[in-house]
Amino acid sequence: MALDLSPDFSDDRIEAIVDEFSNLEGPLLPILHAVQEELGCVPREALPVIAGKLNLSRAEVHGVMSFYHDFREQPAGRHSVKICRAEACQSMGGDRIAEHAKGRFKVDFGETAPDGSVTLEAVYCLGLCACAPAAMVDGKVVGRIDEARIDAIAAEVRL
Amino acid sequence: MRLIQETDFGTPASRAEKMITLSVDGFDVTVPEGTSVMRASMEAGIKVPKLCATDMVDSFGSCRMCLVEIEGRRGTPASCTTPVTEGMVVHTQTEQLKSLRRGVMELYISDHPLDCLTCAANGDCELQDVAGEVGLRDVRYGYEGDSHVTARSGDQPNMRWMPKDESNPYFTYDPSKCIVCSRCVRACEEVQGTFALTIEGRGFDSRVSPGMHEDFLSSECVSCGACVQACPTATLTEKSVIEIGQPEHSVVTTCAYCGVGCSFKAEMRGEELVRMVPYKDGKANRGHSCVKGRFAWGYANHQDRILNPMIRDTIDEPWREVSWEEALSFTANRLKNLQKDYGKESVGVITSSRCTNEETFLVQKLTRAVFGNNNTDTCARVCHSPTGYGLGQAFGTSAGTQDFDSVEQTDVVIVIGANPTDGHPVFGSRLKKRLREGAELIVIDPRRIDLVRTPHVAAAHHLPLKPGTNVAVLTALAHVIVTEGLMDEAFIRERCDWDEFQDYAAFVADPRNSPEATEAMTGVPAAEIRGAARLYATGGNGAIYYGLGVTEHSQGSTTVMAIANLAMLTGNIGRPGVGVNPLRGQNNVQGSCDMGSFPHELPGYRHVSKPEVRDIFESLWGVTISSEPGLRIPNMLDAAVDGTFKGIYIQGEDILQSDPDTKHVAAGLAAMECVIVHDLFLNETANYAHVFLPGSTFLEKDGTFTNAERRINRVRKVMSPKNGYADWEITQMLANAMGANWTYTHPSQVMDEIAATTPSFAGVNYDLLEEKGSVQWPCNDANPEGSPVMHVDGFVRGKGKFIVTEYVATDEKSGPRFPLLLTTGRILSQYNVGAQTRRTANVMWHDEDRLEIHPHDAEQRGIRDGDYVRLASRSGETSLRALITDRVAPGVVYTTFHHPGTQANVITTDFSDWATNCPEYKVTAVQVTPSNGPTEWQVEYEEQAKQSRRILHAEPAE
Repeated sequence: MALDLSPDFSDDRIEAIVDEFSNLEGPLLPILHAVQEELGCVPREALPVIAGKLNLSRAEVHGVMSFYHDFREQPAGRHSVKICRAEACQSMGGDRIAEHAKGRFKVDFGETAPDGSVTLEAVYCLGLCACAPAAMVDGKVVGRIDEARIDAIAAEVRL
Repeated sequence: MRLIQETDFGTPASRAEKMITLSVDGFDVTVPEGTSVMRASMEAGIKVPKLCATDMVDSFGSCRMCLVEIEGRRGTPASCTTPVTEGMVVHTQTEQLKSLRRGVMELYISDHPLDCLTCAANGDCELQDVAGEVGLRDVRYGYEGDSHVTARSGDQPNMRWMPKDESNPYFTYDPSKCIVCSRCVRACEEVQGTFALTIEGRGFDSRVSPGMHEDFLSSECVSCGACVQACPTATLTEKSVIEIGQPEHSVVTTCAYCGVGCSFKAEMRGEELVRMVPYKDGKANRGHSCVKGRFAWGYANHQDRILNPMIRDTIDEPWREVSWEEALSFTANRLKNLQKDYGKESVGVITSSRCTNEETFLVQKLTRAVFGNNNTDTCARVCHSPTGYGLGQAFGTSAGTQDFDSVEQTDVVIVIGANPTDGHPVFGSRLKKRLREGAELIVIDPRRIDLVRTPHVAAAHHLPLKPGTNVAVLTALAHVIVTEGLMDEAFIRERCDWDEFQDYAAFVADPRNSPEATEAMTGVPAAEIRGAARLYATGGNGAIYYGLGVTEHSQGSTTVMAIANLAMLTGNIGRPGVGVNPLRGQNNVQGSCDMGSFPHELPGYRHVSKPEVRDIFESLWGVTISSEPGLRIPNMLDAAVDGTFKGIYIQGEDILQSDPDTKHVAAGLAAMECVIVHDLFLNETANYAHVFLPGSTFLEKDGTFTNAERRINRVRKVMSPKNGYADWEITQMLANAMGANWTYTHPSQVMDEIAATTPSFAGVNYDLLEEKGSVQWPCNDANPEGSPVMHVDGFVRGKGKFIVTEYVATDEKSGPRFPLLLTTGRILSQYNVGAQTRRTANVMWHDEDRLEIHPHDAEQRGIRDGDYVRLASRSGETSLRALITDRVAPGVVYTTFHHPGTQANVITTDFSDWATNCPEYKVTAVQVTPSNGPTEWQVEYEEQAKQSRRILHAEPAE
């Protein structure tokens, strides 16, 4: 059974975050970023609180949040590995690398390893097509990845 | 008859005055500036293929089907998002466009099931139509790939597939048929204003989501049906269509619920109603609807409906089903004998605000011409009688001053004692639309109604006054306007009586009427009142909308006058966007008042003491009309208890449940010897009846309803009356059994009689209604097409009358024994006493009345959410379950009155408006204590109701 990683939070804390940004024009995205920054994810229960404060419906907030893959309902693993699945990287063997990574981390795209060590995600273009296939590990881009690099990354994140 | 197909122009009409001429496929067309190319084409009769566009919502430009070519422009712009320009040359069909559209359509169909033959939308599917229009013949992509269509993909479950959501009782959501055009989402936002839907995810993952990926019933959805109407596929479909199939003909008629008076197409298959669809040409609703009118019509076929006449000698006997002849002769004999023994004045009638104008006219004619007295009253007594009196005094007419379209030009709205999003939902949606466009809102209500804060709408000021202090608050608003010099002096000098104004101004300027002086009494912070007054006086077009929270008070008439004063003071009368607008409770409450239902007034609000008015009717009817006003409902009941009032004919009203002080009503009814109830169901009043005449629904008769904006709308028969006769025929049969010789064969003849006798209706007839759709009275030689806005160049009474509105606190005060104030209201899904809506699936939203109580008051009494509590007043006690909420202020409790088991009116007192006897429903001093369950009265009542509803069915004829 996977670890329950849902963060503890209070409505008051969410409201305080909303208050911080509510003077902006179009404050919803900065608020979602700030909540994710603080809690590691945007828990479903936080959406009605944000909606109430901004006088939006909860459907609208859900619509915005679900549009962006980077907002997550559950916290990610301790490390994040994103592999580019866009055309340039695919043409440079990205498919093979992706399969290798899935097998090595024992997770599918969008999943977190049962021990909470790593979350594997697909992205569509990191702007590093010249060094395809590309990946991003904990926010840093890595070019020309191959099976060996994946293995090295795996060793690092599973420490 | 045929199925009415309304033209969908694709995008909303532009209101610009400047006209633009362009050429579409070689035809010149002239349209207002701001019109889309799509709409202009449709005006020229050329339909551009489209999926995401519909004229109820703004253009969106997502479906890529409506592409056109415009000479001198590159590419293929979407015609829905491209505004017309002078001299533009548009081609809607070229080789390039044909192949683009076909290609896009092929992609749509590659992720859509091909079960057209067995699909509920077969025959009413825009996707199917457009596939036909673009000549799609093949889908080259096959169906093996990724899709949302099937539950399984090969031997694996298909994770993209979502099961059908059948949680809503009236429609289903089938995501597998969705093309993600966003029409439903936009209808929910732009038309209804609830924002319950969104598109979740992105790209191929996108799906329509109610709430946060919830089912429809648990989302914010209010089931107005706007999304179902907007859906171009079978994704959102009425369950009735799934069950029955597509309708084959339709008839335009008027909803029989609230005073908004929405126009609907009753879509039929034979005599079976398939669905009610709001009619875009309906001037009250402009194509929108609410859960009641759109869906809650199932009561018409409910098993509880009584279809045969019934009589009994005494009310402890079971009912006997009898023939119409026997029932009518039994009734006529009883009434005649009562009049012989106790005098002409011993019987009377109550007309119904649920029935048509024609039916109401006949019922009051029955008492005036056949019974020979003026003992007629109507349910408006208990709702808007103060409106009639107050506005009559101030302006000279007993009606609202505007049409509903007027709200589109309003800048500041005051909503007082009304809850439009629940009570008048379609108007509520139109109001919210205007508020989202930037109009400001002031809410005066003890309770935090939805409008105070709901997605994208927030009131600038909420004045949460203590129940019963309306007059003090309104006078304080006037105080600010007068003392700060914010009034419109030019308007007052020109349109009102200046001397009366000066008296009035001196009165309101008195420091004892200032917001600061009245703050302790009203509970409203003085600064809020000052802010609200300044906003209303200086914010542009100011309109006041009010409801029963104004009228149902001991100072109801005074409050109406205070509202009229505010409007005159600021010059907010006589043009679009302003005015004083009572939101009428029932479909025809305006009409029933117009038709002479009150004991002192003949049709058209003319006093019975005026010989010249009586003359008109006397010469037409060949009778003598009494010059003495008759009895009001409370007086009838008092007289019954005294033994002088013995018989009553009640059409379509349940006074036992709806009138205040239930025990007194019951005692009055029990003392009568002939109570005739004419209704669809054995209502609570029928427990005390001797004769039950089964009524017909609005679907089963012709006639007219007059809504809150004075609009006379046609009601059209779509099926034969299940009980055998329309209600007007039954009244006529009763009159004739009493010796009258009425010979109406169609309600249009009754309308002709109304027009011939009543100046404000002089121009109204069925031919005009057929031609215009509807008309707002006064409709006469001066206003042959009716009057959307009243008092344009001057008040009907001449000069507008300012009336001094001294605040007098109600005698109903809270004290140590009854420390809380109870106020009452209604909820979206239920209607009045619930006789109709309780017999529909609307009970899924509201299956019992709850007592709203503030957490502070609840804690003091040890009450938890959901606990049974005893609610006691000086009049009586009942019990119901508590709902703890801060919507109500500490010291105030609130409940609805939709369920007979609650018996909320056992609690209400017999205090009433000083001028019109309208009962003080909105203020009752009460105590709330924990309880174990129903009170003794509720148990006894339940038992008695069961006893009195026994029916002995007639033996089948040999």
